[in-house]
Amino acid sequence: MADQTLPIHGALDLTPPREREHTLLETLHSWVTTVDHKKLGLMYMMMSIFFLLVGGAEAIFIRIQLAVPNNHFVSPQTFNRLFTMHGTTMVFLVGMPLVFAWANYIVPLQIGARDMAFPRLNAFSFWLTLFGGLFLYYSFIGGPGLYGTGSAPDVTWWAYAPLTLKAFSPGHATDYWALALIVTGFGTIGGGINIIATVISMRCKGMTLMRMPLFSWVMFVDGAFVLIVITPLTASQVMLLIDRYLGGHFFDTQAGGSATVWMHFFWIFGHPEVYVLVFPAFAIASEVIQVFSRKALFGYPAMVAAIIGIAFVSVSVWAHHMFTIGMTSAGNAFFVLSTELVGIPTGIKIFNWLATMWGGKIRFATPMLFAIAFLFQFLCAGLTGIMLSIAPWNWQLHGSYFVIAHFHYILVGAIVFMVFSGIYYWFPKATGRMMSETLGKWHFWLFFIGFHLTFDTMHFVGFEGMPRWIYTYPADRGWQNINLVVSIGGLIQGIAVLIFAYNLISSLFKGKIAGNDPWDAWTLEWATTSPPPVYNFATDPVVRSWRPLWDLKHPENPDWKYD
Amino acid sequence: MNAIPLVATSPEQEWHLPYKGRIGMYGLIIAESAIFTIFVIAYIYYIGKSLYGPTPQQVLDVPIVNTICLLSSSITIFLSERAIERNNLKTFGLWWAATIALGAIFLIGTGIEWHKLIYHDGLTISTNLFGTTFYSLVGLHATHVVVGLIMLTIVLLFTLTGHVKHEHSERVQVLALYWHFVDAVWVVVFTVVYIVGR
Amino acid sequence: MLPKWLRVERIARLAVFSALALSGHAMAEGPQATPSIFAPASTPATQIYHLSFFILEITAAIFVAVAGLLTYVIIRYRARTGDDESEPAQVYGSNQVELAWTVIPILIVVVLFLTTARVIFAIQDAPMPTAALEVTAVGHQFWWEYRYPKQGLVGQDFVAVNELHVPLSSTDHPTPTYIKLLSADVDHSFWVPQLAGKTDLIPNHPNDTWIDPLQSGLYVGQCAQFCGVQHANMLLRVYVDTPEQFAAWLANQAKPGIQDPSVVAGRHVFETQACMNCHAVQGTAATGRFGPDLTHLMSRDTLASGMIPNTRDNLRQWIKDPNTIKPGCLMPAMQLSEDQLDQVTNYLETLK
Ligand code: HEA
Ligand code: HEA
Ligand code: HEC
Ligand code: CUA
Ligand SMILES: [Cu+2]
Repeated sequence: MADQTLPIHGALDLTPPREREHTLLETLHSWVTTVDHKKLGLMYMMMSIFFLLVGGAEAIFIRIQLAVPNNHFVSPQTFNRLFTMHGTTMVFLVGMPLVFAWANYIVPLQIGARDMAFPRLNAFSFWLTLFGGLFLYYSFIGGPGLYGTGSAPDVTWWAYAPLTLKAFSPGHATDYWALALIVTGFGTIGGGINIIATVISMRCKGMTLMRMPLFSWVMFVDGAFVLIVITPLTASQVMLLIDRYLGGHFFDTQAGGSATVWMHFFWIFGHPEVYVLVFPAFAIASEVIQVFSRKALFGYPAMVAAIIGIAFVSVSVWAHHMFTIGMTSAGNAFFVLSTELVGIPTGIKIFNWLATMWGGKIRFATPMLFAIAFLFQFLCAGLTGIMLSIAPWNWQLHGSYFVIAHFHYILVGAIVFMVFSGIYYWFPKATGRMMSETLGKWHFWLFFIGFHLTFDTMHFVGFEGMPRWIYTYPADRGWQNINLVVSIGGLIQGIAVLIFAYNLISSLFKGKIAGNDPWDAWTLEWATTSPPPVYNFATDPVVRSWRPLWDLKHPENPDWKYD
Repeated sequence: MNAIPLVATSPEQEWHLPYKGRIGMYGLIIAESAIFTIFVIAYIYYIGKSLYGPTPQQVLDVPIVNTICLLSSSITIFLSERAIERNNLKTFGLWWAATIALGAIFLIGTGIEWHKLIYHDGLTISTNLFGTTFYSLVGLHATHVVVGLIMLTIVLLFTLTGHVKHEHSERVQVLALYWHFVDAVWVVVFTVVYIVGR
Repeated sequence: MLPKWLRVERIARLAVFSALALSGHAMAEGPQATPSIFAPASTPATQIYHLSFFILEITAAIFVAVAGLLTYVIIRYRARTGDDESEPAQVYGSNQVELAWTVIPILIVVVLFLTTARVIFAIQDAPMPTAALEVTAVGHQFWWEYRYPKQGLVGQDFVAVNELHVPLSSTDHPTPTYIKLLSADVDHSFWVPQLAGKTDLIPNHPNDTWIDPLQSGLYVGQCAQFCGVQHANMLLRVYVDTPEQFAAWLANQAKPGIQDPSVVAGRHVFETQACMNCHAVQGTAATGRFGPDLTHLMSRDTLASGMIPNTRDNLRQWIKDPNTIKPGCLMPAMQLSEDQLDQVTNYLETLK
């Protein structure tokens, strides 16, 4: 299928690339000093994958410890550090950089721009994020040194006060957590500003907002959303540091401060944050499902409205993480309602994706396999979310492994699955080579099986009363069989991820040459060469619908006729 | 090259998108507003929750002069924005300098207030919840004033050396936007700290 | 109406139960070793249990509908070998269909919300009967303190530790226990799944919960909010006693500590080493509040909040170095000599 591209007028640059060999140092220098959105996008992506391996390794340690009751594989303190770092890493050093990885690489190409609005701010944001991540990990060797696990934070990723105050967390563990996340938080704000400015001010000619591919729309909403999501966390971490270092009393319950204020602030950040993390998955799904079903997205305006709706509703639901803190019954009821309202726009998205596949000719290439699994898993995870939102039931389920199962079903089953999907889909664009389909299928099926072994079974130990955050459990509770299965599933996922990593690297050097448009797709990024030149398009493209390449390929039946 | 011209809007037609600097500044302002909101909520929540004194009623005076200065600096910066748009660079520089002066007076006023609170009334950030929330919120705002003043001063230096021209008016306006934001936040902080909370 | 065995409720129940059975235990009434939320033994837990099955039915129905649709689409619309190269018809949307799948979920949400709200109010705002027992639970980093206010029966308030005793309740003569939840340090959460959902213990933020156990026996649970190194071993044990057992237990707990002259040596060690700074033994000079009250240590089945059985060997090892048993707990090893250890252990063993 390669190269049936019908290039957009002037989009392809025909000057032969410069042939001169670069030394290693020059290459390195060019990456470190780059302000090019594509390179930064790839760097964000590499950062994410690196930390996915690290956070995944931590998960494996957690699972080894929990595989059997009364295990002594790691000490209690180390275990607490492992899951705190696992959660923090996965959310802030995997999930957030992924948002910017996709937004950076794809959005400017899709909207026909030459770069992000503020290239230098872009680079600065990336380095802040990376620095924050490295700083967080320095905590493993900081403090009392390498012995044990240094002074890595051990307060869960919620970091509930007053456990985080000096009285209960002496040393620097909590400081690493707060400071590192403040730093990555600034990176995030920079990134968010960049996305919205790019989308608003850099679209190519003819691309009105309602002609933006849905991927760019979702990333645009995400970029704006992140500005009001991450900042409450930054603010409360500043308060935490004021308490720890200047003797403040925000969360000091001895001096009239309130522990619940931290909870509210944290979840005012924390709940919308999970939607920030899942939006890229929605964005990728919207592209992949269209292209591999060979159909235009069903209900484009509704999809745009739904994404904005989700963002809006989700800022009013935070206290569904706090049903057990003793709110009034009216308060509880309010947050039940607001939480369940999110199901409505989310349902619209699911149904529209299904309708897109309806009547199509579905091709089961690796990206589509991941997308189908995503649809299925996201549905399940959404429904367990609905169960959690039933306040009385939540009093039983909260803080148990059922919650862990719910959110891994989304964080892994939706986000990680769609990240893999997106990588298989856009790898040819970014590198000019295809990833191996054989390895891709192995990767998919192993990961799929491992995922379900791990996270399906986890729901049931939750029902059986197993709390999260426990480094061990007594043998007489009847939890051990399931836990063993969960751990085995984790290992299988690990193997699958290693296959993926191998596929990524080997395809980079030996993959089949991809051509410009290997999937026969419809958005602008497939109109330029693979990989795209620094300036993306030789002259600025002009479009008249949200599937410009469809219009080119089907002049007899172009989209803009239906605009 | 196979090029089917893809011209929806004919090339002559206008394709005008907003200035990216302005959008970026709006983004920053949204983010900053969220930060301030959290601090303001904390302040309001903790009103009257201190276990021991001093209380706001005992020690806080309403900073009228300060407030007038800061708010009028929004007017002066608006005047200088208008001046540079009309290519009136001298007037621009004058109003710009006036803005800086007013901002500086505000900062000095805050300094005097804090000096009194700390050395006379014995209120520090660790004294009680009032101290903690007061210095955090007012301090956060003052930090923004400081940052704003530094940026304004840089522009002033460029103006004095003749580097600021008419074509920079859009950028200057973006900076002015930030200053307006800092002023607007003061209205909120002032209301919460000196009216509601006292 | 579907035949009974086909209803979603049955299927959902079957799925859950077979999974539980797979993991090695059957459902039964009364206290269980596995604290399953599907084996309720008290009104709040039972109400939640019924609500949860209603919700399971609805979500299962949604799941079957949507996942079924997905499966159908994948099979029906897969690309087949031998298809021509043409693209399928492009459909951009349909107002009717889209309206339908907006409105139906709205209706579902209304139903979910109304049923949920009812149960919230029923459990949370249940009026307290006069026959209720009121206990205050205080969470400490890694152990539980229970304060029993003046009991009509014995007229004394006293502190029990780690093992909560409550009276059996019955549907015709309810004697529920209302528990006020406080914290001495950080957040904890009180969770005995068979008796009620969890409620947090938050410093400076009193909460309450209630239970009315309908079967006697020992119910287990544990702290459900991360509270530090030993969060995992902040285990909960609730003993539901028959009225006679409960009265006997109350009477014993309300007494001051036994003073047995044969163990003065041990008592001396206890009162001269730092023990008494942290521990109280009613009726003696020891009045510390930082650690558990030891007045009736021997009336407990376990040590260290349910971690280990209360045997002489365990007790001695605990005093020698608690960190070998519960690493990270807040009791230091007191560096006692072997003799002193024996003496203190002897002394503590008299505290019945
Ligand atoms: C990307 C991540 C993501 C997403 C998208 C969601 C989506 C949802 N989540 Fe989840 N959640 C997390 C990540 C996510 N969550 C995380 C990380 C935590 C825990 C953090 C921690 O404790 O450490 C958490 C915890 C969490 C809790 C708190 C649990 C507890 O600790 O007590 C609750 C409670 O209400 C909840 C509910 C929901 C709901 C209702 C949705 C909804 O958005 C789901 C909507 C989707 C559907 C409903 C399915 C599709 C819809 C239809 C087919 C239409 C018809 C359906 C109906 C009308 C119902 N989540
Ligand atoms: C995007 C988010 C994300 C992702 C992808 C994952 C992925 C996984 N998570 Fe986790 N998890 C969280 C977010 C995430 N998690 C959060 C937020 C928490 C809450 C933390 C808290 O409570 O504070 C949590 C908590 C959590 C717990 C509960 C801990 C506890 O409360 O005690 C468990 C337990 O099983 C777990 C398991 C797993 C497993 C098995 C995977 C697997 O899917 C992982 C699969 C990936 C791999 C296995 C990587 C394979 C790579 C290698 C093996 C090579 C290693 C090599 C080198 C490093 C060079 N996670
Ligand atoms: C610094 C305070 C401190 C000192 C000193 C101290 N303890 Fe403790 N003790 C505790 C704490 C805290 C616990 C609860 C530990 C837990 O379960 O996490 C405890 C638990 C115990 C228990 C178990 C109680 C139960 O019901 O589970 C015994 C017995 C005990 N201590 C005996 C002693 C003796 C004997 C000494 C002196 C040699 C002593 N303690 C000194 C703080 C202290
Ligand atoms: Cu107490 Cu966890
Ligand atoms: Cu949430």
